[in-house]
Amino acid sequence: MCDQLFDLSPLLFYKIAKMSGSSNLVAMKKVVQQLRFEASINRVKVSQAAADLQQFCMQNALQDPLLTGVSSSTNPFRPQKVCSFL
Amino acid sequence: MCDQTFLAITFGPCDSCSENRPLMNLYIKTEPINYCSLCMEIMACQGLASGETLKSLKAESETLRKKLEEERKKLHDVELEKVAEKAEALGELNMKTRRTLKGHGNKVLCMDWCKDKRRIVSSSQVCLFTLMYMGLDNKCSVYPLSLDKDENLAAKKKSVAMHTNYLSGCTFTNSDMQILTSSGDGTSALWDVESGQLLQSFHGHSADVLTLDLAPSETGNTFVSGGSDKKANVWDLRSGQNVQSFDTHDSDINCVKYYPSGDAFASASDDSTCRLFDLRADREVSIYSKDSIMFGAASVDFSLSGRLLFAGYNDYTINVWDVLKGTRVAILFGHENRVSSLRVSPDGTAFCSGSWDNTLRVRQEGRGVGRELKQGGTTLYG
Repeated sequence: MCDQLFDLSPLLFYKIAKMSGSSNLVAMKKVVQQLRFEASINRVKVSQAAADLQQFCMQNALQDPLLTGVSSSTNPFRPQKVCSFL
Repeated sequence: MCDQTFLAITFGPCDSCSENRPLMNLYIKTEPINYCSLCMEIMACQGLASGETLKSLKAESETLRKKLEEERKKLHDVELEKVAEKAEALGELNMKTRRTLKGHGNKVLCMDWCKDKRRIVSSSQVCLFTLMYMGLDNKCSVYPLSLDKDENLAAKKKSVAMHTNYLSGCTFTNSDMQILTSSGDGTSALWDVESGQLLQSFHGHSADVLTLDLAPSETGNTFVSGGSDKKANVWDLRSGQNVQSFDTHDSDINCVKYYPSGDAFASASDDSTCRLFDLRADREVSIYSKDSIMFGAASVDFSLSGRLLFAGYNDYTINVWDVLKGTRVAILFGHENRVSSLRVSPDGTAFCSGSWDNTLRVRQEGRGVGRELKQGGTTLYG
């Protein structure tokens, strides 16, 4: 399947070049189409986006063991108990 | 089970040339058209409006670029750090090394956690990714993982993906029936595991694609990729469309990782910075860097809440960043060579780093339960 694609591509490029005069033109057209697409998307203000990012952190902070630490009973990586005075 | 990810036909007879090929799905006035990528190219050429010349297109692209920049600037009304000023401070972290895993006879290049949360798959020279193998032969193969040492894994290997240059990343999609790969040939591709068929390819990077990350399952069918062209691109899995593009890094992007909510992603780059890009604001919202950090960052991952960003660097250190405030909260030593990969465990209790020093280290926050985020809160030792 892949081989087939590669066999075809020189022919295709020839066709494109013939049709459009230049494959550069096609590449440029692609760039413009991509930019048109990106320019058309909806955006929110950074203040809104930042507030949402912060809210997600705050809502989940207590369930984040790398922030709160892990209870030793359920911890597969708990350190070996060594008798010591804290 | 395939969820509704692929309602559109992605492989089959092309509506134009009727050859069986990977299809690009597009809609013309709500009418679905399934053309193969070759016919699509031809159509794109024919679609050139009369009078469109290289010069006029160049001019239009310049105008569009300016417009994009202005739009993004207009919405940049405040900095993330400013918004987070009132957020509680994190206090001092106390990251403890719980395990140092030795056993590799060579550099550890790659690692991941198994879904049972306790086991880690790592690899040196070649990359094992949960059940996958990325060879240097441009192929991606799937291995059934087994803890039985006598089993011959090579016999059960299944080749799935094939690129025209080296593979840099691969991941199972949320359905587990498909894998997504990134390659040095500048493309990413989606494959069917069972048949090995190419379902969709993603063109848009102008150089090697070095990394990819799939959006968290609840948030939709997109993924982000980063590459040697200093760009991070966001893609629609279904249509193959490059939906967003971010080009503020000054060097190769080595790793990208979605923020747990799916609204943003972080990147690690050879320019020695990590950055946070918000997808809804469509721009970079934070830079994690210091003058004293001069080496490239190779790998990043978030803690479960998204508050902490762990980043592994080529100067053998791991820096922990406060995502909201943009400050460094800890620097972790221990590795004796480059930190090549870093992953938080699926349950979020630990993170593991792999290094060129042939070892893996598992670290956890050292304080017991009861630590509160508020200053003056109680601290209990477990």
